Amino acid sequence: MLKYSRQGTVLTVMLEGELDQNSSQVVREELDNLIEDTRIRHLTLDMRNLTFMDSSGIGVIIGRYRTLARRGGGVSVTGESAHIRRVMKLTGLYTILDNGRGEASSL
Amino acid sequence: MNIRKNHMRLCFDSKSANESFARVAVSAFMSQLSPTLEEINDVKTAVSEAVTNAIVHGYKDESGEVVIDASLWDDGRVIIDVSDTGCGIDDISQAMTPFFTSQPEMERAGMGFAVMQTFMDDVRVTSRPGQGTSVFMVKRVKGSAK
Ligand SMILES: Nc1ncnc2c1ncn2[C@@H]1O[C@H](COP(=O)(O)OP(=O)(O)O)[C@@H](O)[C@H]1O
Ligand SMILES: [Mg+2]
Repeated sequence: MLKYSRQGTVLTVMLEGELDQNSSQVVREELDNLIEDTRIRHLTLDMRNLTFMDSSGIGVIIGRYRTLARRGGGVSVTGESAHIRRVMKLTGLYTILDNGRGEASSL
Repeated sequence: MNIRKNHMRLCFDSKSANESFARVAVSAFMSQLSPTLEEINDVKTAVSEAVTNAIVHGYKDESGEVVIDASLWDDGRVIIDVSDTGCGIDDISQAMTPFFTSQPEMERAGMGFAVMQTFMDDVRVTSRPGQGTSVFMVKRVKGSAK
């Protein structure tokens, strides 16, 4: 089970371990269950404990972004390692990420 | 002439649960070249992409075997070949185009080959429809000690 906390319209979820095609199936399902609550507009993925991510993770983030963008919200990430940042950069993910909106702390 | 210092071959079932094991095995094997953490992560990620593709595209989650051949060379290169005997690729250049995916409904980003090409020094794909695919990758390890 993913650890999460909610503050108003912002849901923060802690991603842990490795996010690849294998683990992405469960993570996707759990995130979708959590954002089923339509009061949630912004998803913040806390990646400080995420040790590995490949392009399967990019697919998961884009999918959740689509759902939240339809509600006028978005997705942001925090605490990503240098390597995960490179994966996200090369796939252009940062251009759709909404780092910090609705959350005072980041950026 | 460059000399091959070491070689290994891994063969495993096309199950997603093996993705983690496969990339960790290759990165542990290459540690003999004293790579930096960044070089290890580059290879891990590229192997993860190639292995995932063999499993989800090559075999489409049917049973099959994925083979990884990895060799270490005295000039610091790691050469990795990930192959499957799955469905093969009809149009390789289309497959390698960033954002192209044949499975958009599965939320694939179409960035697997782009990741491999960014993180490795050379990536070559050979494939035959109906017979399988081989992804040949080279990483030049500069390492921390050298
Ligand atoms: N081993 C393989 N066997 C068959 N088709 C493959 C294989 N590897 C890649 N492909 C094809 O190339 C496309 C692009 O691969 P990739 O860049 O990793 O993106 P994605 O996996 O997100 O679709 C895949 O959608 C698939 O059609
Ligand atoms: Mg892929």
